[in-house]
Amino acid sequence: MARAVTSRRKTLNTALAWAVGLLIFFPILWTILTSFKTEAQAIASPPLFLNFDWTLENYAIVQERSDYMRFLWNSVIIAGGSTILGVIIAVPAAWAMAFVPSKRTKDILLWMLSTKMLPAVGVLYPIYLLFIQLGLLDTRGGLVVVLMLINLPIIVWMLYTYFREIPGEILEAARMDGATLKEEILYVLTPMAVPGIASTVLLNFILAWNEAFWTLNLTAVDAAPLTAFIASYSSPEGLFFAKLSAASTMAIAPILILGWFSQKQLVRGLTFGAVK
Amino acid sequence: MYLKNALRAATALTFVATAAAQAQTITIATVNNGDMIRMQGYTDNFTEATGIDVEWVTLEENVLRQRVTTDITTKGGQFDIMTIGMYETPIWGANGWLVPLDGMSEEYDVGDILPAMSGGLSHDGTLYAAPFYGESSMIMYRTDLMEKAGMEMPDAPSWQFIKEAAAAMTDRDADINGICLRGKAGWGEGGAFITAMSNSFGARWFDEDWKPQFDQPEWKDTLNFYVEMMTESGPAGYATNGFNENLSLFQQGKCGMWIDATVAASFVTNPTDSTVADQVGFALAPDTGLGKRSNWLWAWALAVPAGTQQEDAAKQFIEWATSKDYIELVAENEGWANVPPGARTSLYENPEYQKVPFAQMTLDSILSADPNNPTVKPVPYVGIQFAAIPEFAGIATQVSQEFSAVYAGQQTVDEALAKAQAFTEEEMEAAGY
Repeated sequence: MARAVTSRRKTLNTALAWAVGLLIFFPILWTILTSFKTEAQAIASPPLFLNFDWTLENYAIVQERSDYMRFLWNSVIIAGGSTILGVIIAVPAAWAMAFVPSKRTKDILLWMLSTKMLPAVGVLYPIYLLFIQLGLLDTRGGLVVVLMLINLPIIVWMLYTYFREIPGEILEAARMDGATLKEEILYVLTPMAVPGIASTVLLNFILAWNEAFWTLNLTAVDAAPLTAFIASYSSPEGLFFAKLSAASTMAIAPILILGWFSQKQLVRGLTFGAVK
Repeated sequence: MYLKNALRAATALTFVATAAAQAQTITIATVNNGDMIRMQGYTDNFTEATGIDVEWVTLEENVLRQRVTTDITTKGGQFDIMTIGMYETPIWGANGWLVPLDGMSEEYDVGDILPAMSGGLSHDGTLYAAPFYGESSMIMYRTDLMEKAGMEMPDAPSWQFIKEAAAAMTDRDADINGICLRGKAGWGEGGAFITAMSNSFGARWFDEDWKPQFDQPEWKDTLNFYVEMMTESGPAGYATNGFNENLSLFQQGKCGMWIDATVAASFVTNPTDSTVADQVGFALAPDTGLGKRSNWLWAWALAVPAGTQQEDAAKQFIEWATSKDYIELVAENEGWANVPPGARTSLYENPEYQKVPFAQMTLDSILSADPNNPTVKPVPYVGIQFAAIPEFAGIATQVSQEFSAVYAGQQTVDEALAKAQAFTEEEMEAAGY
């Protein structure tokens, strides 16, 4: 009897998980479907789900109008660069906070997070002026630094949480064996925290990939990433939803594929230390 | 031998690099709409003729506005040409942020630009932006539904007629709404429509002393009329409908009438996208007999920011893109219905263009709009659906949010007008008016 209840409950849970998963995925699915419709089919009422004449016309138009590879390359450099730079800075910072905490560590962590609470537009002009002075406008280097700074609090917080799960005694033992600080972080701490670091890297890569305020406001031609590519297909005066959907699908495809292949690592990292 | 080859290669590379450095490239920020995208397709013609390369930065209208405003106010120098509208041009021109467009060639024929357009894109008589295309607003209606309702649309109808016709055309069972109008918050969306409509009811944003006028009966009449008509004959959820939502409804045959930008005429009469393409008629935007109609005036225009290093090349491009020859080029390749409308007098004198079904009504609508004298009572500002002062965009966005809350049934007309009056008074006082 107990087994029957458990089995029914398991089926129910699975069904519920699928329903929630499909609900979350539906907007992406709808965007992908719309990208294969004509503009008239895209706005048809009642909406057409699968019974329409599939066309690749929108992809052909987008390909012809925009240099997709240039936008893609810029996105890879900016998202990848800012994530790597962020991790290089955040690992020592999180180590210090996790293993050599001071009285003010918690306050510092909270203060770091509070920088995320300021609306980005509030500092647009100061950052823009700074970029003009430093010659960083429309450069990938400038954006790498800005996105790294924006995501740094999250990287530090995540790594701090993972590092706290690692017993300090292991690091102490390494020190007693004569390991230097660099060796301790590189050869003892980092390998143990690989799942945590990997999920931090993935999450920040996704955040940087999707960032659409600074990447639109600080770029023009040379450093414009895929967010600018999508923005060029959005229009308040004209129904171009099918083309916009094709551009959006092309922009999210790389990150979707990356997420698909690394989902195990991502889940493992995000639930690291959740069950004791 | 190796050294010799290396030297040769280095010399060749230096030569290529020098040549590349000498090739001129201009960067243009523009909006994503049909005419602008079409222009991008013809850029090679310009490059072939002049040797000047063109880089495009195409953005959604609101993003573009924020982007170019940030750049011009900080002298960022990211763009050599900016696509701006009638709201920004006189303000930026007055601030010295734009290069005056004087010294255009004789063939360009500045005098051919429609006076309503050149007037709205000038400051103190100096042209600061050249119109690429212009638009007003007009009524687009279903001829079959009008006939079925037993009514006939006059060329210049009144609001009362529109209200009665909308009620007669509405068929809720068949999902047909008598009238579709913008209600979406935003100064360029529902805010633009209701401001233009209020002009025909005798309302105004400010009196001659810049005192806000939302406490006057004309505004109350406008909003009450709008809400009554839309409740009776408008689509469900009209408070969130903008241009695109109404275009979609009209193209699917769900609107009897739609009053909006003249540029929509080419969309609703295009059989590829519209299910009612051969059943659309046009008329002037309505009035109430007070002497002002409810149509607006807008132009997307090309301007050169002061401080650009490529002023001559930028002006050359503007001269090419807004010329009579460019119109001919598009007509030759894509037909007269696809040329950028509303900018040049000669276009409307062209017998070929006169055959386009919405050409005459577009011209009549543009000609009936006067941005220097937009309201029944005198006003201190220029602009029909806006007041060309820097504070307007912020104030009008807030005010239009209050109005949209009325359309959504969240507050009464009186409450919205009281809030609009208080907010506008406060903002104008803070701005030193």
